[in-house]
Amino acid sequence: MHKIWLIIKREFRTRVRKKSFLILTLLIPLFFAGTIIIPILIAVKGEDSKRIAVIDESKLFIGKLPDAKGIYFKPLELVKIDTFKQKYQEYGYAGVLYIPDIDINRPSGIEYYSKGRASIMLESNLNRQVNDVIEKKRMEIAGIDRQKLDEVKSDVKIDFRSGDEETKGSSAVAYAVGYSSGFIIYIILMVFGMSVMRGVMEEKVSRIAEVMISSVKPFQLMMGKIVGIAGVGLLQFLIWGVLLMTIQMLLPLFLSADTVHTINQGGAMAQNANNAAMADAMEKINFIVGSINWSLLISCFIFYFLGGYLFYSALFAAVGSLVNEDPNDVQSLTFPITLPIIIGIMVMISAVQNPNSALAVWGSIIPFTSPMVMMARLPYGVPGTVAYWELALSMIFLVAGFLLTTWLAGKIYRTGILMYGKKITLKEAAKWIVRKG
Amino acid sequence: MNLLEVQHLKKYYATHKAVDDISFDIPRGSIFGLLGPNGAGKTTLLRMITGIFYPDEGNILFNGRPFNPQEDIHSIGYMPEERGLYKKMKVGEQALYLAQLKGLSEKEAREKVKHWFNKFDMNTWWNKKVEELSKGMQQKVQFISTILHNPSLLILDEPFSGLDPLNANLIKQEIFDLSQAGTTIIFSTHRMEQVEEICDRILLVNKGRKLLEGQVQEVKQTFKQHLFRIGVGAVPNFAQMATHHFTIIKQHDHAYTVKLNEDSSTNDILMHFIRQDIPVTHFEEILPTLNEIFITQVQKTEEYA
Repeated sequence: MHKIWLIIKREFRTRVRKKSFLILTLLIPLFFAGTIIIPILIAVKGEDSKRIAVIDESKLFIGKLPDAKGIYFKPLELVKIDTFKQKYQEYGYAGVLYIPDIDINRPSGIEYYSKGRASIMLESNLNRQVNDVIEKKRMEIAGIDRQKLDEVKSDVKIDFRSGDEETKGSSAVAYAVGYSSGFIIYIILMVFGMSVMRGVMEEKVSRIAEVMISSVKPFQLMMGKIVGIAGVGLLQFLIWGVLLMTIQMLLPLFLSADTVHTINQGGAMAQNANNAAMADAMEKINFIVGSINWSLLISCFIFYFLGGYLFYSALFAAVGSLVNEDPNDVQSLTFPITLPIIIGIMVMISAVQNPNSALAVWGSIIPFTSPMVMMARLPYGVPGTVAYWELALSMIFLVAGFLLTTWLAGKIYRTGILMYGKKITLKEAAKWIVRKG
Repeated sequence: MNLLEVQHLKKYYATHKAVDDISFDIPRGSIFGLLGPNGAGKTTLLRMITGIFYPDEGNILFNGRPFNPQEDIHSIGYMPEERGLYKKMKVGEQALYLAQLKGLSEKEAREKVKHWFNKFDMNTWWNKKVEELSKGMQQKVQFISTILHNPSLLILDEPFSGLDPLNANLIKQEIFDLSQAGTTIIFSTHRMEQVEEICDRILLVNKGRKLLEGQVQEVKQTFKQHLFRIGVGAVPNFAQMATHHFTIIKQHDHAYTVKLNEDSSTNDILMHFIRQDIPVTHFEEILPTLNEIFITQVQKTEEYA
């Protein structure tokens, strides 16, 4: 036991001390945060303020285009579009919106001129505003009261309740949570499994394996590496957890400062819109947080992360022990292991859409795919979607599965790690499993 | 008293017999040469002695008791032919790590490593990564990490490969010193001149079988060809050399290589020269080198196969 602890310590330390560990640990959440925060920032802050010249020959739009989100409309009279579109930039305009004298029933020929392509935000903004004005005008003509219409419009949401306890839930939320946790498990299996394999290969190629084996049992060496790398993964999650909590605490400060900023810049309307959006978002977040049993989900995530990792990493270690100097071997030898993982992610994608299908149920029980597929099904609710017996069976199978793969891998590993020069096929390796001694 | 006794050891693989009924004893404190061509089964034999492989049949007695890999591994230092170090690890840490895996406490390991680094003048290497060292330097680190835990049995597989003559000498001296201090050493190689210089006893294996075993001098005696070299002061004429006691194998400038005929003795050769009044300057027996014995013995087994 003492020796395996020494090995775990070494595997853990050498990885954690590397600069790349710190960089990766910080970069990955930054990347994810970036993909989430940047669109929000863009949406909240809007684009740089723009002045847009409006040449309105129909006289329908005068005073009807409100400034918003950094777009300022400046109606111009007595200018001709043909000449003005050559020189609007000299006057400091970002673009020209040209509205010809249109027939209100068949409006056409409305154009927008700018130097570069207009952004998708601006495009939808202009379209919406122009259509809004035309709609209002048509209602006026048809004699429809706008206020009445708004009152008549319905905005009801059905509460979806599931299971005996009638937990409120949204399948969209379950979908998002299930999909992302299944996907994270997939990435963990691949990245950490490969890391174990590379570690074993390094030991074999640098010829330290036999020196080590003369001091420790091959199984100790293999398990030490697997556990050491699992430790690295757990530390990474811990760091991310702390980061996430810090961000959660700091985010409100950051957001409110931003709102103040918008108030100063935009008009009263923008402020109201933002506040309404914020309130709506907060309500949604509360709904999401409330609709999922987080403590169950997180403990299951840790279980399936560790179980899946142990299940596959032993196999990756066995493959690493078969590889010789030729890197081409790696591809052909890892294929039988990566294949079930890839099948797993495919079943997961289907299961997250249809968590009660036979494919999803069995995929979440068979240990080759269960870490990914079960994580996709769990957010839909236990025991609503996932019965207790399914969860228990899946967990028992996974534990039994990793005991079995570790045992098998140990047999291949201890022979493979001492074989040099010769290319080993999987068929030969399979024979080592049944061989005695 | 024997430190190691190997009795009828067998290890068969699907396609061949790697070790086929080999027995030998190694007396405590001796330097034992394990010889054989490539693929003779030396490595398999050593892996069984170090507990890496289990023998299919046969016994290994270590210190008079049945070999127990779990415990006895701490009394063994093994430097395999396929050896290496963690390339990205610092030299000092690496030595400490390997020593601790041999059962030393961290404190003991640190003392030992410091002692040996001092002795081999390697203190400045402590914080270097292994990959920054030359091949010879790495070999020295490797050697030290093999002997850090004071093994009572030291197994060296081709210890001098990759070493320049200076460092080879340093290691050789260390091997002698360890032997003097009571360490039993198994020395596996196919460099015969080193064996003659270093080993007390040898075991020659080929194709998994024992070809011969014994004291180096005994073995040489066993395989001697009864050849003698005799130096002369004056070159004799052809008639003077006619005798039934010996046959001339080769004539040099002022010397002859002769083969003693049956029923004759060395004194008969000398007597002949004296009778002929040819002044003898020197007279010696030519013993076969281990290299010659090795080649003839190995070839003999190849022919049978």
